Amino acid sequence: MDWVIWLIWIVKGFFLAMFLLVGFAYLTWYERRALARIQVRVGPNRAGPFGLLQPIADAVKLIFKEELTPAKAYKIVFFLAPIITMVPSIIIAAVIPWGPQEPQVKLFGYTISLYVADINVGVLYLMSIASIAVYGIVLAGWSSNSKYAMLGGLRSTAQMISYEITLGLAFVTVILLAGSMRMLDIVEAQRSWWFVVIQPVGAAVFLIAVLAEVNRAPFDMPEAEQELTAGYHAEYSGMKFALFFMAEYQKMIVVSAIAATVFFGGYLGPFVHRWPLLGPIYMLIKIIILLFGMIWVRATWPRVRYDRLMAFGWKVMLPLALAIVFITGFGILLAQELGDPIYLTVIPAASIVAGVIAVIMVNRALTRKRILSYEPR
Amino acid sequence: MSLVDPVIELGRGLWRTLSSMFERTVTYQYPEHKRTVRPRFRGRHVLKRYDNGLEKCIGCSLCAAACPSDAIFVEASENTDEHRFSPGERYASTYEINMLRCIFCGYCEDACPTEAIVLGDNYEMSYYTRKDAIYTKDMLIEPVSSVNQTTPQKTPTGVFTRSVPEMKDAKD
Repeated sequence: MDWVIWLIWIVKGFFLAMFLLVGFAYLTWYERRALARIQVRVGPNRAGPFGLLQPIADAVKLIFKEELTPAKAYKIVFFLAPIITMVPSIIIAAVIPWGPQEPQVKLFGYTISLYVADINVGVLYLMSIASIAVYGIVLAGWSSNSKYAMLGGLRSTAQMISYEITLGLAFVTVILLAGSMRMLDIVEAQRSWWFVVIQPVGAAVFLIAVLAEVNRAPFDMPEAEQELTAGYHAEYSGMKFALFFMAEYQKMIVVSAIAATVFFGGYLGPFVHRWPLLGPIYMLIKIIILLFGMIWVRATWPRVRYDRLMAFGWKVMLPLALAIVFITGFGILLAQELGDPIYLTVIPAASIVAGVIAVIMVNRALTRKRILSYEPR
Repeated sequence: MSLVDPVIELGRGLWRTLSSMFERTVTYQYPEHKRTVRPRFRGRHVLKRYDNGLEKCIGCSLCAAACPSDAIFVEASENTDEHRFSPGERYASTYEINMLRCIFCGYCEDACPTEAIVLGDNYEMSYYTRKDAIYTKDMLIEPVSSVNQTTPQKTPTGVFTRSVPEMKDAKD
């Protein structure tokens, strides 16, 4: 009996890894098609129907590309860095629940739970693994022994550390609302209302911080082509470059899954508690929508200047996140003390006020700078 | 509400990109659908013929002289009434254009006294070797519409004595 449990784990892990690997390939296709549509183009449509074989063609091309190692690179670290970046982006997905626990899924007489690992500190696991990925990037930048790669790696570190605090505080609001760090409990706590309704500003802060965390536009500073000639992976080619690329896109999928889990109700949807296998489908739909959001933002907004990125992270996002953590705690306490969940409505109302104040402050700061620079006094 | 303007502006940007998703694409699926070229497009050269099939080119080499990149090579030979390629005394027995040198300026077209060389509509010139880039007279000359119009022709004596035809001013 024991070995069957192991087998189930291995098979589930394999499926999850395959989902991320294939998902990465098709995410590149999805992004290219969506970007093309936004730019009134068609996008890749030559390889196979709707260009669906394009990722395979890209993979074959990348595998057969020459791999260069700079002569003065620190070879071992240079070799390890893509792996260190890649592995966390896969294993981070382990704690994400894909379906409810309650009506159990039976397959060949065995109960299959729709997650790989059920850790009671799931959120902590997410945070810790997410911050490991930055090592790969900064080591890649350093071991390349190249100025641009170094700058890209350092920028990435600074950015990820700055936004990680905000991300953590956004997680704290979720933990407060759910009363648990276990991902399944967080999802089940959203059965009446998704947390995006109770804490909309928290969700917005989370999504912005996540964009910075996975180095996506408009915060794709570490790989700014125009300034840094691709940043930390400037010296990489062939499959090693593909690993960085893979890690970035897998992280996109994974953070979309996390955002869906903690704010958008995870696997919850109509009838999911009658047919639990609907869970993965709802989850997938939510992930695809959130991924479209990322692509959409990339197609729309220009890259943020680096000093503004840091200023925004430390002077706006962090105080705002602290404020919403306070508001969330206050609202929960109010509801508990007065014994009526209606007082939870304090949370969205007060956090929207906090968000508007933050926007006004940003606007005033930017306007003041404009006046100072254009109008001599 | 001017204080939350930044958010409204960001939202407007997002709306603009989203709405452009539903516009018709501007892409031409090239090998299947080709755009028609403009009337004065300067593509691959064509050596024209008269209606009776005689070649317009008289081998005068003015095009080669006008060519700024020296891409054209012309060699002329004598016409006879038994063996006539073009009106007048001479015809181009060799006519080569090196498409790697040609800059498609159209000066050859302007220089030609008989309007024999014209820059056509074809822009699909690609080759694997430098030798293939040299287009010979066979490749450039306009195909004939019927078999009895091929050159050389046997013509009555004293008809095609004039090399340069009388013509109106060129248009387009």
